[in-house]
Amino acid sequence: MEQGTATVLENRLAAPGVYRLRIEAPALAGAAGPGQFLMLRIGQTLDPLLRRPFSIHAVHGSRTVDILYRVVGKGTNILTTLRSGEGLDIVGPLGCGFSWREESPSLLVAGGMGIAPLFFLAQIIAKNGVGDKTSALIGARNKTELLCVEELKAMGLQVQVTTEDGSAGKRGLVTGLLTNRVAALRPVIYSCGPYPMLHAVASLAMQYGLSCQVSLESFMACGLGACLGCVAEMKNGDLVRVCKEGPVFDAYEVAWK
Amino acid sequence: MKKTNPDLSVRIGLLRLQNPVLTASGTFGYGQEYAGLVDLNRLGGIIVKGLSLNPRPGNMPPRTVETPCGLLNAIGLQNVGVENFIADKLPFLRKLSVPVIVNILGQDIKEYRKLAERLSNVEGIAALEVNISCPNVKKGGVVFGTDYKAAARVTRAVRAAVRLPIIIKLSPNVTDIVSIARAVEEAGADAVSLINTLTGMAIDVEARRPKLHNVTGGLSGPAIKPVALRMVWQVAGAVNIPVIGCGGIMTAADALEFLLAGASAVQVGTANFVNPRATMEIISGIEEYLARHDLKDIKSLVGSLIL
Ligand SMILES: Cc1cc2nc3c(=O)[nH]c(=O)nc-3n(C[C@H](O)[C@H](O)[C@H](O)COP(=O)(O)OP(=O)(O)OC[C@H]3O[C@@H](n4cnc5c(N)ncnc54)[C@H](O)[C@@H]3O)c2cc1C
Ligand SMILES: Cc1cc2nc3c(=O)[nH]c(=O)nc-3n(C[C@H](O)[C@H](O)[C@H](O)COP(=O)(O)O)c2cc1C
Ligand code: FES
Repeated sequence: MEQGTATVLENRLAAPGVYRLRIEAPALAGAAGPGQFLMLRIGQTLDPLLRRPFSIHAVHGSRTVDILYRVVGKGTNILTTLRSGEGLDIVGPLGCGFSWREESPSLLVAGGMGIAPLFFLAQIIAKNGVGDKTSALIGARNKTELLCVEELKAMGLQVQVTTEDGSAGKRGLVTGLLTNRVAALRPVIYSCGPYPMLHAVASLAMQYGLSCQVSLESFMACGLGACLGCVAEMKNGDLVRVCKEGPVFDAYEVAWK
Repeated sequence: MKKTNPDLSVRIGLLRLQNPVLTASGTFGYGQEYAGLVDLNRLGGIIVKGLSLNPRPGNMPPRTVETPCGLLNAIGLQNVGVENFIADKLPFLRKLSVPVIVNILGQDIKEYRKLAERLSNVEGIAALEVNISCPNVKKGGVVFGTDYKAAARVTRAVRAAVRLPIIIKLSPNVTDIVSIARAVEEAGADAVSLINTLTGMAIDVEARRPKLHNVTGGLSGPAIKPVALRMVWQVAGAVNIPVIGCGGIMTAADALEFLLAGASAVQVGTANFVNPRATMEIISGIEEYLARHDLKDIKSLVGSLIL
């Protein structure tokens, strides 16, 4: 983990309301694992005050890192104004990411922006030569919001798609595709997306007795484990830090509500 | 002509700090969280997360919300408890060469006393900071900080239990902070630190719900700096013990404002989240300011505000 200035290489619209930010950050590229995140200082003023957490979306070579972000508010709006050549203060890599197990087939389940960290995991899997033994289920509200599908296919993954309005792939939620897959494959599941989706994925995994890792979200003030603001409740009653003990948790440990 | 480096060291009663920059309780964990980002041995001192006698789980999330130039938190003093602190956290801190100040919080006077007694002969603790000002817990904390008689009682109980320097951390959520500062001075405090967070609130208008699970929280960050500065100035003019300033300090210029207003040292809180290197930059900035103004030490700066 370190604090440093990255150089913006590119900041481009990837889908409506979603940007891909490419930065040159050798220290980060060298140290990052899938599911880890970084804290970005946005702007130079005191408002917004806090850094914003973003997953490490992809690593290219030894120097370049991508972040995929959706514009939702004050900070992400400012982020869209960044131009190539500008400096960006980052702290990372942070948190405990996915622990990928090569010996079992993998199933990646992404909802909406949940593809952000899972894409990096797919990169690692493909690099290990087992992309074709790996499936990805990707859900979005509609066709235009589907992200990374072609890239994942190009990496050799078997990709299936759902949209809520039926404009691409199967109509419905991503979890609708899940039952068949888990019964046939008995994979290890890696998932990121909205809380209700993660809850559904976790329930199904537990029903079939499958290993399942989920990436949780929380408001983060420090991202370093110091403020104790980002906690999530575990089944044993503990409130643990999403930024430090997570953001990726064993689905069996989370107190789903 | 050879110029000597300015002397940044300060004294808080019997406590000697190599520079006036401390980390504020609750914003720096137990030090280790920042080890990779900050040269911990360059700090004036580390004030650790508030400890209670027994571990506390804290409040349910959401516990933090950002507000313009500020942060609202309702952590609820989640901490590992005094025994786990001594066993698991202190060994790392002992290896550092800077003073470690332990922030304590009790539900009643007996608990403050017990905590102080337990910590009194533990190696590696330089001072106690007594939190009588946390707004996020039902019992204890702020109850003692808003009544000058209760504040004095807590101070006397801790004073009687330890020989360590004791710093009483005051709450800004009062009408007359000066009377409380005077009461704890009289009761034997070696120093006062101020301010803790200001009670605040934020509402999600779409959901028509409070943004914090706890409904209200403590406001920190640049938004509270003018209030903190005013209180430090008032208190420094009214007591004879050192005042430690805290509230919204982000830069060396902010820290210098507090020193000019009469603070002998400062604490950096929320800034650690925004810029983990904030304390390092503030120390360098103060040093640079002293050199630029031909001041040989911090003493010549403290309280030198021209009215
Ligand atoms: C570990 C982690 C990884 C993340 N990775 C990504 C990513 O790869 N891509 C991406 O687009 N987003 C990601 N997020 C969410 C991202 O941090 C928020 O969308 C962003 O901070 C919003 O900033 P803002 O200033 O635009 O929003 P604000 O103006 O602060 O708030 C607007 C709305 O955004 C939501 N929001 C604000 N902060 C957070 C937060 N910390 N977590 C969740 N929702 C929030 C709230 O619902 C709020 O109402 C991640 C969050 C976490 C905790
Ligand atoms: C997340 C958080 C946790 C805190 N926990 C404590 C605590 O345990 N004990 C305490 O005395 N003050 C605590 N504080 C208050 C700070 O030490 C400090 O007084 C306050 O944040 C104002 O300073 P700042 O504006 O520089 O942050 C906490 C503040 C924050 C933001
Ligand atoms: S964000 Fe501060 S502890 Fe997790």
